Formats: sequence, structure tokens, C-alpha cells
Amino acid sequence: MTVMAAGVDVHAHVAGPKVNTGRNFRPEDKLFNTTAGSGLKRMEGGFSVPTVLRTAYLYARMGFGFSMEAAMPPLYARHTHEEIRDTPPIIDQGALPVFGNNWFVLEYLKENEIENTAAYIAWLLNQTKGFGIKCVNPGGTESWGWGMNCETVDDVVPYFDVTPPRQIVSGLIAANEYLGLPHCMHVHGNSLGEPGNYEITLDTLKIAEDFKPQNDFGREVVLHNTHLQFHCYGGESYASKSFESKSKEVVNYINSVDNISYDLGVVTLDETTTMTADGPFEHHLSHMNNLKWANTDVELETGSGIVPFIYNPKTFIAGAQWAVGLECGLFIKDPMRAYITTDAPNAGPLCRYPRVYKWLMSAKARDDMLDNTLKYGDKIRERCYIGELDREISLYELAMMTRAGPAKTLGLSHMFGSLKPGLEGDVAVYPYNPETDTDDPEKIEYAFGNAAYLIKGGKLIVNEGEIVDMGNKRTFWVNATVNDNPMVERDISEKFRRYYTVTQNNYTVEGEHYVRNPYVIEVDATK
Amino acid sequence: MTKIITDVVCPFCGTLCDDLEVAVSDDGEEILEVYNACAIGATKFLHSQAKDRITRPRMKQEDGSWKEVTYDDAVDYTANLLVDAKKPLMYGWSSTSCPAQGVGSEIGEEVCACMDNTATVCHGSTLIAVQDVGVPSATLGEIANRADRVVFWGGCNPAHAHPRHMSRYSIFPRGFFTGKGSKSRKMIVVDPRKTDTAKMADVHLQLEQGRDYELLSAIRVAIRGEELPDFVAGIPKEEIYETAETLKSGRFTVIFFGMGVTHSLGKNHNIDIAIMVTRDLNDYTKAAIVAMRGGHYNVTGSGQVWGGWQFGFPFCLDLTRGFARYNPGDSSSNDLLVRDEVDAVFVLGSDPPGAHFPVRSVKKIAQLPSVCIDPHITPPTSAVSKMHVPVAFVGVEVGGCAYRMDNVPIETRKVVEPPEGMLTDEEFLQKVLDRVRELKGGQHNHDRVSHQKWFCLRLFRGGLTETKWMSLSKTARSSMQAMSQSRPSLMPLA
Repeated sequence: MTVMAAGVDVHAHVAGPKVNTGRNFRPEDKLFNTTAGSGLKRMEGGFSVPTVLRTAYLYARMGFGFSMEAAMPPLYARHTHEEIRDTPPIIDQGALPVFGNNWFVLEYLKENEIENTAAYIAWLLNQTKGFGIKCVNPGGTESWGWGMNCETVDDVVPYFDVTPPRQIVSGLIAANEYLGLPHCMHVHGNSLGEPGNYEITLDTLKIAEDFKPQNDFGREVVLHNTHLQFHCYGGESYASKSFESKSKEVVNYINSVDNISYDLGVVTLDETTTMTADGPFEHHLSHMNNLKWANTDVELETGSGIVPFIYNPKTFIAGAQWAVGLECGLFIKDPMRAYITTDAPNAGPLCRYPRVYKWLMSAKARDDMLDNTLKYGDKIRERCYIGELDREISLYELAMMTRAGPAKTLGLSHMFGSLKPGLEGDVAVYPYNPETDTDDPEKIEYAFGNAAYLIKGGKLIVNEGEIVDMGNKRTFWVNATVNDNPMVERDISEKFRRYYTVTQNNYTVEGEHYVRNPYVIEVDATK
Repeated sequence: MTKIITDVVCPFCGTLCDDLEVAVSDDGEEILEVYNACAIGATKFLHSQAKDRITRPRMKQEDGSWKEVTYDDAVDYTANLLVDAKKPLMYGWSSTSCPAQGVGSEIGEEVCACMDNTATVCHGSTLIAVQDVGVPSATLGEIANRADRVVFWGGCNPAHAHPRHMSRYSIFPRGFFTGKGSKSRKMIVVDPRKTDTAKMADVHLQLEQGRDYELLSAIRVAIRGEELPDFVAGIPKEEIYETAETLKSGRFTVIFFGMGVTHSLGKNHNIDIAIMVTRDLNDYTKAAIVAMRGGHYNVTGSGQVWGGWQFGFPFCLDLTRGFARYNPGDSSSNDLLVRDEVDAVFVLGSDPPGAHFPVRSVKKIAQLPSVCIDPHITPPTSAVSKMHVPVAFVGVEVGGCAYRMDNVPIETRKVVEPPEGMLTDEEFLQKVLDRVRELKGGQHNHDRVSHQKWFCLRLFRGGLTETKWMSLSKTARSSMQAMSQSRPSLMPLA
């Protein structure tokens, strides 16, 4: 048996309007995999975009105790919280509202008004019961309001013209540290998925050089670059003669600094559903695969898109993406700053986490993929770094990359991520013997997908692989106190009066009905 | 003295106006006046004040008269009705809050019901089209702030059906980039009728009734600059080219569509192609499409609760096998009723005989054990039901979340107290759920699982029975098995 603290998921799309649109518009995702309830469990269904019930049961089976919903459009915060409330209470959750294309933020940062930005962020976190700052395709989604995009960090946002993404990212980091929030700024940079985008990624990461972490939560990073895999591409096209992996360059840069963390976003070679607040990217993707495309632009705040996607192991590019994702996990020197995710469900469904662990922990499993499953294994070895990597992640490193690290970057290391005394008492036990089970990589995948025991807050949730208790979910949110700021208050009421279609009083998410069991983290930024 | 309650949300249609002001008496018991609402919305608030409102459940006697019963009796009757039925139909769910829909989902799951909402006779075909081709959309505020080309297509007549839509969201508001209000927008109405909305339009394309698909298709052709015949759907080709040019030349084009396309000839295919027009337009400019949903203010919400997070399908849910199935046309309520497939009917938050069901279906409801849960005074459904349970009005006497036509969730407000002792629908449903669980005594799950195992075998064989399966050729059998195995499934983790 292997005993670890319960897992902490730093980035997954498991609740909220776009996840729900994904469920709603993909009945085929439920084909052959809806199951009846049994024991304490209710009926469940869905593969890449499972119902909230399956999501929670999956997390329990994988031994997770906390999950961060990666993107919450503020206007739809109620929806996100309704889903979190209805997700079986096995798992604690929080949600990150998106700020990267918010008109308030764009207008304040145009004038470099960090204090006002921070005051607005504090207000919005309070209104939406959000946890931290997410920034998706800074400036790009606002441009998408006119059918355009921001492809580099210096592209200009239409109308808000002096606010290029470079300013948005640095401004949001500054505001985050001004407030001293538990989590750092969580960014999904420009030009996701474009060949040659690694330079833009490096430009984005370098913005963090000017900042130092300032918080009371033991967090040491100022920027979290999510699903790094999608941001490490070289070359000019997806063809095997041009595309190349640049994971080494990007991760080496991250190794050379100490204030950046990231998660992997490993492609798991499944049929899945992509969904992001990066509206223009999803439009672009729908032109690549010609499958159905859903999009919702959200007034004054953000946008989003959803497209089903098949990462076909018979194509070069899907295999190369798979390789890049794993390389991001294997090049890291400090596993406390690289976290294992599939950007669920963008690069792969939630249920594939254990499979990613297998690939990272076993060179044999990777070789087996390259030799037997991927059609262009040799080409992938040639164009990516996967062939030269024989590192195998140890169980200790795995614990850092799935628990201790994410807990630390989320500012929750005083509660989760470790077995030391004084924490929350979240423990997972996996049927894996590190002495004898090393012969077969399949045992890794099985063990981490079938926790024998899960203890949450000292309470037994999973006993011998069966869910025996539904636990007592908490919704985490951050209440940041700032000095009175009449200007921001006036701007807010003005925008609601003139440009929002809901009144300011109807915007606030409050009441037990949405956040049944809140866990409020107080942050004082008045000094 | 009166008290004014502000920011009140109107629980009538899917426009969910949230700027109403309601004057209530000093003791907070009575609604005196409703400001800012349209005539329909105001009437809903005032209706709740009727003196002859029914405040206790009532049971129909053999002679057709009603007898008042207690809520406990009503809970017991409802729970027994659902538990005893082999295949109950639980219909409606559109005029209630999401939490109530959530509790209802759990009841449906416990009793293995068929569950359906009013989308089945409304925008259900839109939901199917979205499952076919997706939907590029935007919130109504995005439209107010940006849209300079506004199309109302097909039986969508906001002047009467969503009276404040044009003033709040689509035509008149002076948005951030649309400072001149209606002058900064070009309004196109496509409707065979000369409706009051059409009279306001810059362009009215009065097409032949039932020819929406042809006209939408022609617009796609015109957008691409290809050749058209002289007339399509009764519209001369010059006008079609001009319309296409207008749509393309906008900075932000939005298409609203209504029941004229969802339930005329072609149904979901009409929406398919309307969505494809929007998709095409996005290659030239920015475009969005929004269904004018919500004759019931929270039909969108029930699609979100079921279609998303609870079951994965937005309407026509068949839970009879213990897990969710979805097959509109087979599992839709009217089809189930006319085929005599259901043996009990439960209606909440909708009024099938009054509003939307064909008389053939209504007759079936009248023949079956049935319960109607509805706050209105004498909803037509109560006339054909055996039991009528009045509940508090959501949005007037109790709050609760509802989803606007663009899926934006808004918390409705409580304005006055419900009549004394009256339950809300959520409270009533919770009692039913508890009673159902009591009656089932926990033995139910086991049956469901064995049932499911049997069905999985059939799924593996393409849903065929043993005899049918054996009658297939060997090649056909193996190809069907290969097909079912190649699907990504959760099997390895199960």
C-alpha cells in the first residue's frame, strides 16, 4: 500500500456554464457509459464532460480532496456555485473568476492603476465567492467581441488600445501581490496551441521577473502558467517536418527562476471536449476539425468556446502533443513547481490522471506508446525531446506534483498536501506496493485510479474501494479587505447602471443556497 | 405607507427583467403596485394576491367535486402514485426554481420516471440542433453593447411575447459601442405575418410560411456570393443579396429566433441552418445567435440542471432503467402519452392542457392517476388531475435561481409572504422525496443494477434482443461489437 495526503487539483474544468454546455451539447459523450446508482451513489454518466456526480465519484476513486474550478465567468458565478453545491460533497472546491478581459481591469490597467484594479478584484471575489485571479488569453477574448484576437503579448486590444496583454499580465500580478491573495496569478497565455508560440510563452513568463511573492500563506510563486504543454510549440505548422517541441527551452527558463509554477496539461489521446474562456482559439479550432462549435461572449467580462476534439494517436501532431506534455513534467528540477493535470477535459478527461502518472513514472510505458500505439513514434522522437528522456518520476516526486506542490501554490499548504501533523487529515491509500509493483506500469494506473481508502477531514470516505460516506463539502473563497475606494465603487455602479443587463444588487452571489458550507479565507490588504 | 422593494426579478418569461419595483403594504402582506414590468409580468404578481386563491391541496371526488386535504395527505398520495407506477411521467419543471428542479430530479431517479420539460413542445428542436452543430452565442448584455445588426427570425415577436426584450437588450438600449440606441442598429424581421415587431423593422422579409429552411439556405448562398434563383420562399433574390450584405457588413450581427422555426416544417433542421448562417458570418464579422426561449421563465434552467450537471441530457429523459437515456421522439412526453406508455402523470411548473399539449395527450392524462402542483387559481391541468397541490409562487412568495434565455442565472426575490401554511414547491418535493424513500425502503438500488447489467449486454449488441442478434450475419455482429468497443468508455476504471 502507498499512503499519501489526498490529492489537490490545481486546474480542472468540472463545474460551470461552459462545462455544462459541453455536457448539454454532447449526448454522444454519454453513449455506452451511463451507469445506475448503487450503494450511496446516484446515477452517473459522461466521459470527457461527466455529470457532477461522476466527477465527485471519480475524484474519490483517485484519492483527491480538493479541486479548483479553473475558470468562472463572474456573471455566471451562480451557475458555477450551483454545480459545486450539487457535486457530491466528497470533494472540497473553489473557483477562479476570470479577469484577463474584464473592462474594469482593462480600463484601470490602461492607466496603470494597480490599487484600483486590486480594489475591483477584491470586490468581485466577494461578489462571486471566487478564490483568485485567472487570466485567459489576456486581451484576446475582448478582441473576440469583434471577431479578432491578440496573438502576442504586445498586440493591441481594440478600443482599449493602450492595454496590450503585457500590461494586463503584469498588472494582474501586481494586483495579486498587492492584495496578498493565497493563490498567485493563474494565466493561460496568448496563442495557445499555435506552432511557434513558445516565444510568446517565454515573453509572458518573463513578466514575472519584476515581482516577488507577498502573502501570508507560504506561497513562493507569483505566476502559475496553466497547461504549459499547449504553450511549448516550435515550428511553423502542425506537420511533422515543421512542428517541434520547445518544452526544454520553456522549462529550462522556469528552472532558472524561482517564482513561477505550472501544470502540465498532458494530452491523453482520447476523444474529448475542449472548453476555454479563450473564445477566438475555439473558433480557430472549429475550423480545423469542422466539428460543432459553441461560443458564449459574456458582457463586460469574458467569453468562452467549446469544441469536441479527437486526439488521434494515428496522427503525428496528437502524438507530439502527448510527448510535449510529458516532457514538461520530466524536465522540471523542482517538482514542487510542476503539477500533473490534463487541463481536464481539454487535453484529456479527468479519469485519465492515473494514466498520466503511469507515463511519467515509467519509461517503459512511454516507449511502449512510442513503439506500439503511436503511428509516428519515430518522427515524434525526432521532433520532440521524449526520446532522450529516461527520467522516471518517483512516488515522492509524484506526491509533490499532485498534492504538496498544488497545495502550496494555492496557498493551502497549511491545510492540504502533506501528512505532517496539524493539517486537515486528508489521506489517500492506494493499492500499490513500491517494492514489488514496479515490474508492470499498468499497476500504477490501476492503483491511482482505485484508491483503497480515502479519509477526508478525518472521516472515512472510501473504504476498500467503496464510497461509504459522502463527506461534507466546503466551498473555498477569499474575502479580501481593501481600503474604501469611492472611485471604484462609483465605476462599478456606473457600469451596472449603463452596460450590464443585471442590476448590481442582483449580481451578488449570496446565501446558503449557493455556498452551502463556505470556508472563507480572510485577507487584509488595508495596510 | 407603502414599502418599495427594488431589483425584483420578474418570474414570467425568459427575459427575466430584474429591475422591477414592487410596492407592498406596510405589513409586507400585500402587493399594491408593480412598476417597470410589462403587462404580463405585472399581472403575474397581482394574480398571486387574488382573494379566491386555493391555499390547500384538494382531491377530486368521484362526482367531480373537490375535497380539501392536508399537505401530508397530498405528499402521501403523490409519493404512492409515483412509487406504484411502473413508468410515471414527471412533466413541467419550467416555472419553478433550480433547487426545486434538483429535488425533483432526485425523485425521478428514485422512482425511475420519464422526465420532460416544456422544451419538448417549444425549443426542444433548438436543443437538438445545438447537439448537431453547436451554437455561437452571447449574453444579452453583449448584444446591447455591441450588436448593430439585429434579426428576429421566424415567429419571434418580442413586441408581444417578450415585451421588454427590445427595450432592455436588443433594439433600443444605448450600449457601450451602440451609443445611438436604435439608430445604431439595423433591424431585420423575417416573418410570414405582419406582426407588430415586423412593423418596426428596417427590413421585413415576408417569406412564405414554412419556407424558413430555403430562405436561410439562400442567405448562406448569398453570403458566399453564389448564384440564386429569382425567388426563394417568395422573396426576390435582390432582397436576399441585400440582406446577406447587411448581415456581413455589420460589426456584430445577432439572430434571434422563435417558435416559427422550431415547430414548423423542418423543425431542428431549420435551427441547424440558422446556426450555420451564424457560423458562416463569423468568417466575415462577429455574429451570435440566441433562441428566444422562455414562455416559462426557467425552462432554460431545467435544461441546465438536467442537461448539464445532473443527467447530461436537457429534456426527454428516460430514467426507467435506473440510468439516464435520451431519445426525443421516443422518450418525449407527448409520444409517451399517446402511445399509452406511462401509467401516472405528475405535472409541476407547467400547464400542458392550458398551453401546449394536443388534446389527444390531455385525454390520456385525464384517464391516468395524476397530480398537478401549481400555484395558480384553477390551472386547466387541475381540471384533468386527480390531485391539485397549490404551492407558493416562485419569484413572488419565495426566491430561487432561474436562468435567463441566454443562460445567465439570476436569483429571483421574495416580495411577500405566501398564504399562511402554504408550502413552496421545493418543500413539497422534499417531503415527497422523503416519503418515496420511506416507501421504497432502500431495496430499489439493487433492482436497478441487475436491470442495468442486462441492458449493458444489449447495448454491447447494439441494443438488440437475443433473437434479433442471432439473426444477424457473423460479420454484422462482429462489426457492431467492434464499434461499441472502440468508443472511449470508462470501463478500464470501472
